[in-house]
Amino acid sequence: MSAPNPKFDFDIAVVGSGPAGLAAAALAASKGASVVLLDEQAEPGGQIYRAVTETPVRDRKVLGPDYWHGAELLGPLRDSGAVHWPGTTVWSVARPREDAGDGHRPIQIGLSRNGSAAMLTVRHVILATGALERPFPIPGWTLPGVLGAGAAQVLLKTSGLVPSGATVMAGSGPLLWLLAWQYLQAGARIDAILDTTPKQNWRAALPLLPGFLRSPYLGKGMKLMLDVRRKLTVIGNVTALRAEGDGALKSVVYTRNGTEHRLPADTLLLHQGVIPNLNLANATGCAQRWDGQQRCWRPTTDDWGATSVEGVSLAGDGAGIGGARAAEEAGRLAALDALHRLGRIGREQRDQSAVPVRTALDRALTGRAFLDTLYTPAEAFRVPADDTIVCRCEEITAGAVREAVRLGCSGPNQAKSFLRCGMGPCQGRLCGPTVTEVIAAERGVSPAEVGYYRLRPPVKPITLAELAALPKTAADIDAVFKH
Amino acid sequence: MFRRLPEIETAPNAAAQAVAFTIDGRPASARAGDSVAAALLANGVTACRNTPVSGAARGPYCMMGVCFDCLVTIDGTGNRQGCQVRVAPGMAVETQNGKREVER
Ligand SMILES: Cc1cc2nc3c(=O)[nH]c(=O)nc-3n(C[C@H](O)[C@@H](O)[C@H](O)COP(=O)(O)OP(=O)(O)OC[C@H]3O[C@@H](n4cnc5c(N)ncnc54)[C@H](O)[C@@H]3O)c2cc1C
Ligand code: FES
Repeated sequence: MSAPNPKFDFDIAVVGSGPAGLAAAALAASKGASVVLLDEQAEPGGQIYRAVTETPVRDRKVLGPDYWHGAELLGPLRDSGAVHWPGTTVWSVARPREDAGDGHRPIQIGLSRNGSAAMLTVRHVILATGALERPFPIPGWTLPGVLGAGAAQVLLKTSGLVPSGATVMAGSGPLLWLLAWQYLQAGARIDAILDTTPKQNWRAALPLLPGFLRSPYLGKGMKLMLDVRRKLTVIGNVTALRAEGDGALKSVVYTRNGTEHRLPADTLLLHQGVIPNLNLANATGCAQRWDGQQRCWRPTTDDWGATSVEGVSLAGDGAGIGGARAAEEAGRLAALDALHRLGRIGREQRDQSAVPVRTALDRALTGRAFLDTLYTPAEAFRVPADDTIVCRCEEITAGAVREAVRLGCSGPNQAKSFLRCGMGPCQGRLCGPTVTEVIAAERGVSPAEVGYYRLRPPVKPITLAELAALPKTAADIDAVFKH
Repeated sequence: MFRRLPEIETAPNAAAQAVAFTIDGRPASARAGDSVAAALLANGVTACRNTPVSGAARGPYCMMGVCFDCLVTIDGTGNRQGCQVRVAPGMAVETQNGKREVER
């Protein structure tokens, strides 16, 4: 790409077409910026609005009204003129060290589309990469038949699939209740819900209750939980969990009030909340910090979503979990700020346009602290026992991580070289938070001190053939290899 | 084990949406829009592969491209994320044993 190619050159790239990305792209493009919206999924919607344009689940009461709100974000996107590339995985975001000779150093984005790689140049990037389910490492969680509750929800939204054999749901958090409710509406089988919310969380959460009582979600959430509790077997105070089977799940073993119980199960759906999907931000060099309340790493941003890397902002759950409505508003704020930085709107116009957006954002975040505190997963499930696999890719147990700490391993990056932990294709997405917590507990220091994996592009494995087929300028090579 | 909601089985366009493909050479049917991972689950196949490290069976866990436990061989290309690829008519899906083979 020696001469600028308009097809591969934009003012703004938005990565992720969930609520945050959809709102950001639509707003930025409506103000005249050239915008490309990239997402690895085949359809827009992100996790919450997955398959909203084409879900086979037509009975609207099954997925609920919140789901269908997603469709309202698509019209503005279409009208805005933003270019939308679904089926596109972004594996690198970098600014070359040297300018192209004209004083400009546009950001380069490495992407993979239909099996071939390409580079885009843009002046600003909004990362709206959303959330992923917090890892829930219990003995046996790698058995076929054990899935995330979010995964099961994806199966429902995209394919209209529900469990058919003996089904157990386990864990804690709003998404678990939402899925149970959706299954009820759909007439799906659930044999039991094992609630792992620690009893003592209530004590910590109670002082935050007044905030939650003002939350717009209170009524909805209560109705949903009461519905589920009335119609399903909910077993509370579960303190230990194990999945058993030989090559496939056969039963779930749980401890309640010190006694062990066993339930037959063909499907076990695990959930203990969601955490920011920060691999791309981390590999781009964005500073991040440990969030003690949500117990996860989150990239550091200002109140427009701007990160420590010039020209890169973040919006939505990828910057810290706030839910879909908050993500949408955060997307608008990031777009306004990007427009301002690109000289499309003045500071005053940015600030004025942001006033109603901030009001809506505040409203969407009301009561969040209560939920975060109530649904903080128990230590036993964040810091698992020795025989539990923490790194699914390399099959490394918590015991092996502890042993490495005793041999002098001080943090996740050292754990990589000691154990290959976090070196597999998932690149730490499913072991990172657990490895941080296990090392912190073993060393008796805070997770903040232990740190997190330092990630490198590509953030998703791409084939050598794809890389080799890239048109290579010095800047391209720099973006990929010298980052 | 997963099943399709009845409203989808009986929808007027159900036949038109059916996609014929194969799993380890056996004929199977899925629905247009299904990912390969969903198509396997809909056909009662919960394990996609055996791990290269211990040989343990694995199946789809996250359905959003994060865990890489849904790796299968699709039309001769190994290590593809089943949850990120849509099933297509005539597609040959093979469960995957151990490491990706050379040339695949
Ligand atoms: C499985 C799952 C199901 C959920 N279901 C619900 C629900 O039903 N209700 C609810 O209120 N909340 C749900 N949540 C919480 C949820 O994350 C919402 O708060 C909301 O979707 C956040 O919006 P977002 O725009 O920040 O990100 P998301 O909606 O998560 O969108 C992020 C998008 O970025 C894309 N992406 C990420 N990395 C890359 C990359 N490198 N290249 C290209 N594209 C990329 C993803 O494909 C995704 O489409 C769910 C979370 C998960 C993990
Ligand atoms: S099921 Fe996790 S990557 Fe496909």
